[in-house]
Amino acid sequence: MMTTARGIVPEYELTRPSVTDAARRYQRREDRAMLYLMAPALAVVVVLLVVPLAWLSWQSIRQDGGFTFANYRRIFSGTYLDTFLLTFKLSAIVTGVTLLLGYPVAYLAASVRPKLAALILGMVILPFWTSVLVRTYAWLVLLQRTGIVNKVLLASGLVDQPVRLAYNEFGTIIAMVHILLPFMVLPLYSAMQKIPASMSQAAASLGASPVHAFLRVFLPLSMGGVVAGVTLVFVLCLGFYITPELMGGGKSIMVSMVVSRNVEIYNSWGAASSVSVVLLLCVFAIFYAASRVIPLDKTLGAK
Amino acid sequence: MKPNPLARGLLVASVVLILAFLMIPVIIVVPLSFSDTRFMTFPPPALSLRWYAAFFGNPDWLAAARTTLTASFLATAIATPVGVAAAYAIEHGTHAWIRRLRTVLMLPLMVPIIIVAVGVFFVYSKFDYVNTLGGLILADTMLGLPYVVISVGADLRSFDHAQEMAARSLGMNRLRSFLTVTLPQIRSSVISGAVFVFIQALDETVVALFVSGGPNQTLTRRMFVTLRDEIDPTIAAISTMLTALTLTLVLIVVISRRGRGIAEGARV
Repeated sequence: MMTTARGIVPEYELTRPSVTDAARRYQRREDRAMLYLMAPALAVVVVLLVVPLAWLSWQSIRQDGGFTFANYRRIFSGTYLDTFLLTFKLSAIVTGVTLLLGYPVAYLAASVRPKLAALILGMVILPFWTSVLVRTYAWLVLLQRTGIVNKVLLASGLVDQPVRLAYNEFGTIIAMVHILLPFMVLPLYSAMQKIPASMSQAAASLGASPVHAFLRVFLPLSMGGVVAGVTLVFVLCLGFYITPELMGGGKSIMVSMVVSRNVEIYNSWGAASSVSVVLLLCVFAIFYAASRVIPLDKTLGAK
Repeated sequence: MKPNPLARGLLVASVVLILAFLMIPVIIVVPLSFSDTRFMTFPPPALSLRWYAAFFGNPDWLAAARTTLTASFLATAIATPVGVAAAYAIEHGTHAWIRRLRTVLMLPLMVPIIIVAVGVFFVYSKFDYVNTLGGLILADTMLGLPYVVISVGADLRSFDHAQEMAARSLGMNRLRSFLTVTLPQIRSSVISGAVFVFIQALDETVVALFVSGGPNQTLTRRMFVTLRDEIDPTIAAISTMLTALTLTLVLIVVISRRGRGIAEGARV
């Protein structure tokens, strides 16, 4: 190797190792400076998030000075298991409904003139930027016994007496779908917008029916957006707190409510921490699985 | 390809319905806030400003609004420069560790908010910092940082770093070359990052439920606690004002982005 290098690189270059050394030293100094620049941001996140997460994990296996898995045993038996199952069930329903509602919206937005697309996206983004609390409140008003939805139902003769729409699982699902729908539409749109119209045209010119062209060409090409949207909505569902707490009527207890109650009411850090750790592991597992398929950065940058 | 008109019509009709589903709850709050009755009937029987009067006449609501605005402003003032510095470091760092540390800065977006809240509450209770304004500002700063890092980071990636190098080779120090050469050109992403921090702090409820209280209760915390008991129309008035404020801020972002779009078009 050395002899061939000598043949190409002039002798004096090889006898001057200080050049690369200086460059490396400069690079190292540069990296250290960049680390200092990052330090304030890191300090905030480490002190307020990383340290407490580590402490929560530690706390979840500690009891009276010894180690215990009692907190985890409780999760896999009895009421906590029901809570986790209910949370996963609701998250799956909400994710499924948002995908069903979000796909046509994104599809239309990606296939119309830019002006019209901007209007559709604007109507998706406006609720997106409205406070979650405000939107939950709006649904409480709309769905209550004397609310507008019940009035319409009564007037149309579909029902004889007001239906219970709020303060139950149904109301929770409706409000959560509304709040999370933009998180589905935006990644779907950004994936579909990159699919050239010529793709579907090529399929059609080769004799594919519109349905066939959609299923075999467009749908697979939009899968990146589907994965991003589903991941984002499902993960947000798993940890959702405000809407289930206000809309659920205290009957359907989600994981987030168990965590909050154990801390606020029972002051039971052991139970809260083990539930948190399991929830956190679920979330990270989902993010990890998604990151094998699509770049994670894009998913997080959606908002 | 000739689209099937029936399928197209069905698609358009369903999208219109879905968009109505998205928009109605956001809009409905506005007429309700001007209603003169306690019962949330629609359309309101008569218009009045009574719920706005109820908000502005109640010192508790006003104190909560002041807390929220103060915390949001200060969190924005801290998170923006700190986040820009971090985004700059991530862009210029070469070591693999720097990229890994970026993931740490993204954690506030990834960890479910309820767990963030419990964690922050734990730290503050150790240091007797619960129910303080400072604690609230710090928590909002942490939650806002990822937005600045994402927004500014994306802009820096497409920025031509040779410009800053040129300024430095002409004798400017690093800070000055950043402030006079780079910053003006990434201005719009800094503004949108800052606006996101502000809106996030304005809207933040779950962490505030745990760590804000007493005289330092936030607006959203008070709204949440009130809603747990009853559907108070005062909240419709507050919601309308909050939405109006958020929309104004989002418009600022859109306008600053549009300005950039024009500038870029001119360069190309």
